[in-house]
Amino acid sequence: MTVFAALVAGFVFGLGLLVSGLANPGKVLGFLDLAGMWDPSLVFVMVGAIVVGMVAFPVAHQRTVSFLGSDMKLHTARHIDRRLVAGSLLFGVGWGIAGFCPGPALVALGTGQLKAVVFCLAMIAGMGVFELLEHRRAARAAATA
Amino acid sequence: MTIDWNAFSPWTALAGGVLIGAAAAMLALLNGRIAGVSGVLGGLLKPKKADRAWRLAFVGGLAGAAVLYALLFGDPEVRVDAGYGALVAAGFSVGVGTRYGSGCTSGHGVCGLSRLSPRSLVATLSFMAAGFATAFILRHLIGL
Repeated sequence: MTVFAALVAGFVFGLGLLVSGLANPGKVLGFLDLAGMWDPSLVFVMVGAIVVGMVAFPVAHQRTVSFLGSDMKLHTARHIDRRLVAGSLLFGVGWGIAGFCPGPALVALGTGQLKAVVFCLAMIAGMGVFELLEHRRAARAAATA
Repeated sequence: MTIDWNAFSPWTALAGGVLIGAAAAMLALLNGRIAGVSGVLGGLLKPKKADRAWRLAFVGGLAGAAVLYALLFGDPEVRVDAGYGALVAAGFSVGVGTRYGSGCTSGHGVCGLSRLSPRSLVATLSFMAAGFATAFILRHLIGL
C-alpha cells in the first residue's frame, strides 16, 4: 500500500512539475537569469507548494505512525555546517548551467529526450561518487576509532 | 531587471505548485517520508535494499507523469538548450551537490521551508544564490 501511495505521490508531483513549468529547463533558466528577461513564475510554484505543505507538515509531525501505519521518518536534522552550504552551492551551479534539478530531470526522462537521459546518468554518477566517498570516510573513521 | 510578461504564467505556476505540495503532503502523511527527490533517488544507491520498492515507485511516478501529460495535453514543453558537455558537468554537480547538501529544490525548498526549518532555509538560499550567479556568469559575462 505504501508503495502504491509513493507511486501516486510521484505521479502527482511530476504532473505538478509539468503544469507549473518547472520541468522545462528553458523556463527555469528564465527565472534564474535575473539580469535578462526575468520570468518570476517559479516564485508562484514555491508559494503554492509551501502553502499546502504548511498545512500538512504540522499534522504529520504530530503523528507517531503514518496514516498507512508506517514509521515516521521526517528529517529532524537541524545543524547548519559546511557540508550543507558547500553541497547546496555546488548543486546551484549545476542547476544554473542546465536548468535541471533532480525532480524535473526525472520527469523529463519520461519524454524520452536524450538530453534528459544524459543529465540523469551524470546526476546518478555524481550521487554514486558521493556514496563511494561516504563509504570510504566511514571505513576510515572505523579504522581510527 | 525586466519582467518577461510573455513567459510569466502565475496561474499554472500556482496550480502546479499546489499539486507539488499535495504530493509532498501525501508522502508525509501516508508514508511518513519526505518527498525530496535527490534523497529518494540517492537512497537507491545505498547498499541496504530494505526500502527500495517505494523509492522506485516514486521515481517511476515522476517519469510516468510525462507520459500521461503527453496523452492528455500533448507533448509538454521541455526545452533543453545546454549542450551535452554542459549537461554532463551540470548533472554531476547536481548529483554530488544535492547529496552533500542533503537535499534539493523539493526536500529543502518545498518540504523544508514548509516545516520552517532554518537548515533548509540556509540550503535553499545557497542553491538559489549559486543558481542566479551561474546563470548571470554564463549568460552575461561569458555570453553563452
